Amino acid sequence: MGIPHTFQSSGQTAMAGRETADGAEAPTPASLVGHEERDAGADSAQMRHAALVRVTHWLITVSFLALLVTGVEILISHPRFYWGETGNVNTHPLFTLHIPASRGSVPTGYGYVLPDQNGWSRYLHFESAWVAVLTGLVYLAFGFFQGHFRRNLLPISSDVSLKRLATAVARHLRFRRPSEEEAWSYNLVQRLAYLLVIFVLFPLVIWTGLAMSPGFTSVFPAAVKVLGGRQSARTLHFFVSGFLVLFLFVHVFMVFLAGFRSRVGAMITGRPGKRGERI
Amino acid sequence: MNTMSRRRLLTGGLATVAGASGLAMAAKLAARYGLIPPDSGVLYGAGETLTYAAQRLLTRHSLAREFAASQISQYPFANGNHRLGEEFQRLEKGGFAEWRLTVDGMAARPAAFSVAQLHSFPWHSQITEIACEEGWSYIAEWKGVPLAHILDLVEPLPQVRYVVYRSFQRGWWDSIDMADALHPQTIVAYSMNGGELPVKFGGPLRLRVPRQLGYKSVKYITRLTLTDNLKGFGKGLGSAGPEAGYAWYAGI
Repeated sequence: MGIPHTFQSSGQTAMAGRETADGAEAPTPASLVGHEERDAGADSAQMRHAALVRVTHWLITVSFLALLVTGVEILISHPRFYWGETGNVNTHPLFTLHIPASRGSVPTGYGYVLPDQNGWSRYLHFESAWVAVLTGLVYLAFGFFQGHFRRNLLPISSDVSLKRLATAVARHLRFRRPSEEEAWSYNLVQRLAYLLVIFVLFPLVIWTGLAMSPGFTSVFPAAVKVLGGRQSARTLHFFVSGFLVLFLFVHVFMVFLAGFRSRVGAMITGRPGKRGERI
Repeated sequence: MNTMSRRRLLTGGLATVAGASGLAMAAKLAARYGLIPPDSGVLYGAGETLTYAAQRLLTRHSLAREFAASQISQYPFANGNHRLGEEFQRLEKGGFAEWRLTVDGMAARPAAFSVAQLHSFPWHSQITEIACEEGWSYIAEWKGVPLAHILDLVEPLPQVRYVVYRSFQRGWWDSIDMADALHPQTIVAYSMNGGELPVKFGGPLRLRVPRQLGYKSVKYITRLTLTDNLKGFGKGLGSAGPEAGYAWYAGI
């Protein structure tokens, strides 16, 4: 069974191997690697996450948090949602968030108006969006060309059955702490969740965001038409962002469950810590 | 280890030099093709420059979406503070007969137009959506004189790059680049939904820039200034917007 050959090498070769660990010298799926072999390799050069995955992960983390904070800030200037092309305080909303607003023109029922912070929020929202999109493109290129998606995210064919899925979901719902083997490979639910975030939610949130841009839609009017109009795009942007936030919470919760120090350490250094290091 | 670090140093150094000169070249090209916004130096200027450059490359000749008459909003929302002071009330009582739109700056034939004169010029009407940066929007039919026509009349000098516009409201001023100034949908609007442009929607004159968000469509405009450089206006950031923390370019 394949002990990745970085195990066998040492010195300079192993050092060089680290940089492309997720590429040519990807770790063998956990289920195929024996316990001793992995323990033997724990202090060696094997990488759980490739350098590019780690760097893009944290860039996306920072830009996503900035997008979230500024997005909420922009939202409170008009916490009402509409469907269709247009909507304003003179028309019926689809729904309203019962929070105070940063504009006196919005009837919120609160006797005060929050300070207007839309200026820097919009600046930072779009700057963070650029960071997220450019980082995402680099990650996508890496994922496709270096086989990251195929190897680490595409469900393993033997895992693809309703029974397997049900078992995996049930394990998650019981908050079962993952076994140590799972530190080396993503399980079925993880793979599906990550694929959903990367290939569905992120593209959707970018699309619905751009559909609100009068400049962008002057070139690509279909981008907003197929969504049902500008206000529909804004409402969808809100919901897709909500799903991304839900993913963020579950993701962070699962990291805690699996061992915060070990999993976060793996995403920083590339190597998961030992079980004893778990907090 | 030695050869390793030397190689790393070399490739790293080369990459840095290549990256830096590439960036410098890109910045030079961007400036030459007018892809750097006047507020590129603010805290979030990098993102702003990317947005403006990307949209300018895409949108130079694109038209803002237009709608059917049936889609005109029955309940448009007039945003803002409409206490415009005694002088405005006086002008309003006089039917804005004394209102002037002054056009000056880098023009061979600077001029001042009355509202009646503007009514006699060729007009353009459009049913477009005005969207506020806060999120709300409405659709209306706007009618007015294409800004390009007014510029034609005053004969801009060839080096003109921006049109600065000022509002009757103190402190409100803005500017657009020539891509928007000469755009067929950019109009000095005097009519809305078939009637006079109501005061609360910007009457007697409002600059309508439909490829950008509502705050670029400044109400109560009194003066247009043609310039090749925005440094001399306010803090040099292109408009009152960036001075209050808002982006100069509002195509997104």
